[in-house]
Amino acid sequence: MLLGRTANGLYWMNRYIERTENMARLVDAGLRMALTRTHSAEEEWKSVVLSAGTDMGFGATHENYTAEAVSDYLLRDRSNPSSAMSSIETARFNARMVRTALTRETWESVNEAWMALKRMLADPIDERELPQVLDEIKRATALIRGSFYGTMLRNEIFDFSQMGTYVERADNTARILDVKYYVLLPSVSWVGSTLDNYQWESILRSVSAHRSYRWVYEADYKPTNIADYLILNGRMPRSLTFCYRFLAEHLRFREEEYGERLPCHDTVEKTLAKLRVGSIKQIFDTGLHEFLTGFIQDNYRLGDEVATDYRFH
Amino acid sequence: MVAFDEMTPETSGLRNSYAAYDHWLKQQDPSRLAEKMRDAERVFRKTGITFAVYGDEEAVERLIPFDIVPRIISGSEWRRLTQGIEQRVQALNAFLDDIYHRQEILRAGRIPKHLIANNEAFLPEMIGVRPPAGVYTHIIGTDIVRTGENEFFVLEDNARTPSGVSYMLENRETMMQLFPELFQKIRVRPVENYPQLLRQSLAATRPENLKTTPTIAVLTPGSYNSAYYEHAFLADQMGVELVEGHDLRVVDGHVAMRTTQGYKQIDVLYRRVDDDFLDPLSFRPDSALGIPGIMDVYRAGNITIANAPGTGIADDKAIYSYMPEIIEFYTGRKAILQNIQTWRCSEPDSLKYVLENIKDLVVKEVHGSGGYGMLVGPTSTKKECEAFAKKLAAKPSNYIAQPTLSLSTCPILTEAGLAPRHVDLRPYVLVSDRIQIVPGGLTRVALKQGSLVVNSSQGGGTKDTWVLDD
Repeated sequence: MLLGRTANGLYWMNRYIERTENMARLVDAGLRMALTRTHSAEEEWKSVVLSAGTDMGFGATHENYTAEAVSDYLLRDRSNPSSAMSSIETARFNARMVRTALTRETWESVNEAWMALKRMLADPIDERELPQVLDEIKRATALIRGSFYGTMLRNEIFDFSQMGTYVERADNTARILDVKYYVLLPSVSWVGSTLDNYQWESILRSVSAHRSYRWVYEADYKPTNIADYLILNGRMPRSLTFCYRFLAEHLRFREEEYGERLPCHDTVEKTLAKLRVGSIKQIFDTGLHEFLTGFIQDNYRLGDEVATDYRFH
Repeated sequence: MVAFDEMTPETSGLRNSYAAYDHWLKQQDPSRLAEKMRDAERVFRKTGITFAVYGDEEAVERLIPFDIVPRIISGSEWRRLTQGIEQRVQALNAFLDDIYHRQEILRAGRIPKHLIANNEAFLPEMIGVRPPAGVYTHIIGTDIVRTGENEFFVLEDNARTPSGVSYMLENRETMMQLFPELFQKIRVRPVENYPQLLRQSLAATRPENLKTTPTIAVLTPGSYNSAYYEHAFLADQMGVELVEGHDLRVVDGHVAMRTTQGYKQIDVLYRRVDDDFLDPLSFRPDSALGIPGIMDVYRAGNITIANAPGTGIADDKAIYSYMPEIIEFYTGRKAILQNIQTWRCSEPDSLKYVLENIKDLVVKEVHGSGGYGMLVGPTSTKKECEAFAKKLAAKPSNYIAQPTLSLSTCPILTEAGLAPRHVDLRPYVLVSDRIQIVPGGLTRVALKQGSLVVNSSQGGGTKDTWVLDD
């Protein structure tokens, strides 16, 4: 038995924990590009802001896309509801609301992450300390994940939590791809320029996959392989297919245990079917950008339907 | 006036109940104790045991300071206290039943009628309603102060929604983490089973026509409430749902909660929401914290509300002054625990006395709580006394006054070593078909030297309270 409000709190707690981590990852990738860049760093930071889905808010208060402005906005700024600080605060608020559904370890790890970020992000970040701050954010969220997986019962509480994680993650990966989809399009020459290589690496870095890519594919970056990895590879934990396999599984657990099939079950299966294509080539043929925008919409709809079907409000 | 120190009174030296602890303490390195004090704070912060202070925007969540020196009560002292508390709690429930039914005590002229009729805490909606199992006050926190070896007084009967029990439990938990060796040396009676006792006690007062195991829930005003931590803690420890008003609605004559699989019936509601907000159809129409129609379900006998609506009339400060009469009227015996002498400012003679002696008295609002809106004469300036006297003269019936008691002290650990500070005690009482008192309670301590105000909202702290198994 689970309160609808509790399911809602678990779902959003986990979306925001995921988002906290994604913000750190995005800034990390941007920072890397800026250090190794060969062209405009401004462009790079701009795509970071776009990938974070925060271009409107940033544009309203900032003129230039500098490392300092972007990292401050994505990590510290409380007026940005998706900044790492705002995200962990919202996550903790939700965790506090659903505290009775969490193990002590999980609650404490969320509470401690919040305390650590509050301390670290109290003052503007010194550029020299940025890498360390990013590491600590990632470590804090890794601790939450560890406590969560290590101590939570695999029941409805776990399912709704995981739905939050995977909806957020799928959205994040799809956005990163969509912001840079043009650098992945097949070009006349199959060997990329130096610039292309940086761009490709940046995409992989944004999802912490620049090393594991080489374990799966040949050493050289190839745009089709990168797209394949992030969209279709079922073993890559941030790929769309990975996220949707788990989403479908957690929703199926609910369907079986509650004995009720709901609209969200059809939606998750339809979206998963779209990912079950023979090869990445088919997606390129129908249009990568179109595919990604369609996916982002489907994913958004799934979140909405889960909330309605399971009486979140 | 020297206060009675519960560890080492001036006149007699170290008391027996503290002997074993004192022996252990003397072997401790002061720097280790200071370290333990910091450990305790870390534990509390990490687990998020915080409370909110109204009107204090900077510190939305604060810790209640915790002192690591336990307050120790001997087994025989405890037995006497519990007899007195049981008697009092019995009388309170009998009083509530009477006041909402035949009102014998008013007919007998033992307390004035106007005190009930004109009292905001009296709920006409409860007239003629008999709560399930006949229990009104499922949970009571009786505030007790001490002034000497054998002098105990009841300061207040918290018969609405007494808070603080989570601190009793967390304080013990923390002490056991910090000083496991102490608990091996000294036999302290356990308090850990309070959540189980509470759950059983609530279940025992379920609606009489319910044939199945009752579904229990804790109703909280929400995570912004100052006691939210406690609400979540108790629900968690009891293994019941923590609900808010908007999770609930009346479905087919029962109160039900919205779950991921639809609405599920609730049979016992431990509510931490005040009467006023419980049912917008019966009480405050603007309340968003309650459940429209719950009072109809209650009157139909389909839900237990703990504590029952309308119990506030029993812990009203004006009624308090009649407690000796109330106890005698319903139990046929004199009160075991004393009341503090109380002047009702509504009576002209008393008002005159209070105004003349305000600098020696404690003056309280009849409906106030939490240490807000009170004057402690001896520690206030002449100006403050005069300003308060004006308020008092303008609305005398709103106030009562009591002598300033020299509350007993217990040592706390300060940077300069042990130092005595004033304390009070709130044991927790559970009422179902029986009365149970967990051996222990919440000891609140005024951290400022000489201060008599122990409320956490006014800078008070807490201590673990030990009842010895001797």
